[in-house]
Amino acid sequence: MWDIVFMYLKAFLVGGAICTLAQVLINTTKMTSGRILVTFMLLGAVLQAFGVYELLINFAGAGATVPISGFGYLLAEGAINGAKNGLFSAITGGLKAASAGITAAVVFSFIMALIFKPKSKIN
Amino acid sequence: MKAKTKDYNEEYLNLVKRLAPRTNEPRSLFNAFIVGGFICIIGQFIRYFLMYVFGIYGDELAGATSMVLIFIGCLLTGLGVYDKIGHYAGGGSIVPITGFANSVCSPAMEFKSEGYVYGLAAKMFVVAGPIIVYGISASVATGVVYYFINLLSA
Repeated sequence: MWDIVFMYLKAFLVGGAICTLAQVLINTTKMTSGRILVTFMLLGAVLQAFGVYELLINFAGAGATVPISGFGYLLAEGAINGAKNGLFSAITGGLKAASAGITAAVVFSFIMALIFKPKSKIN
Repeated sequence: MKAKTKDYNEEYLNLVKRLAPRTNEPRSLFNAFIVGGFICIIGQFIRYFLMYVFGIYGDELAGATSMVLIFIGCLLTGLGVYDKIGHYAGGGSIVPITGFANSVCSPAMEFKSEGYVYGLAAKMFVVAGPIIVYGISASVATGVVYYFINLLSA
């Protein structure tokens, strides 16, 4: 029981810390959200290429998989696993691992865009 | 004449500096931390839920969790709620995978009026396109390097 509570706490702290890091970048460099997303995705991919990011996932669970860096992790991890089965799966492995996220994003966005009208941009 | 334009430019820049809304830094960092952490807690909850209720494990679990989160992100974008969260949370709403969903769904909705091919479908990838381009490139590079490392070490 307590390890589940503890896991939520770790997810909160690590996930929050990654988002705070992004906010620091936004405040200091005025980066747009697109650049932030690409930067953090690449950060996750590079860290996993050196085998580091999975340590963070083992520690924090969703705190490390939910941020976009977890998406970069999936791409790198899929490629690394694919590389064990030959050159072809080394090339296709990354997208295969990330296919769930990309498919969901495209299909759900398509459906929502069909259903909803854009709200006027007054925040 | 040239010197004068420069003066005007400086004057203008000072005006911008004075009038632009300041981001209240400690406050924005706190908001990003709380909202980002909270979204990760929801992710962890979905993870446990899928694991104990549906008995999904391993890679499938990771994929299913992000699908549910992306669905939530798209739905909240469609309802116009996510923009409000984003206004409050900044990085806390951009970095989680729900922010990725938002970046796909939002332009798709916005540009639906320009048609279903060059509007909705094309503009869908305005932000997600670069992520996919650099993500797949990085992934292929990693895979090929690992393939040759495996070859050499075998």
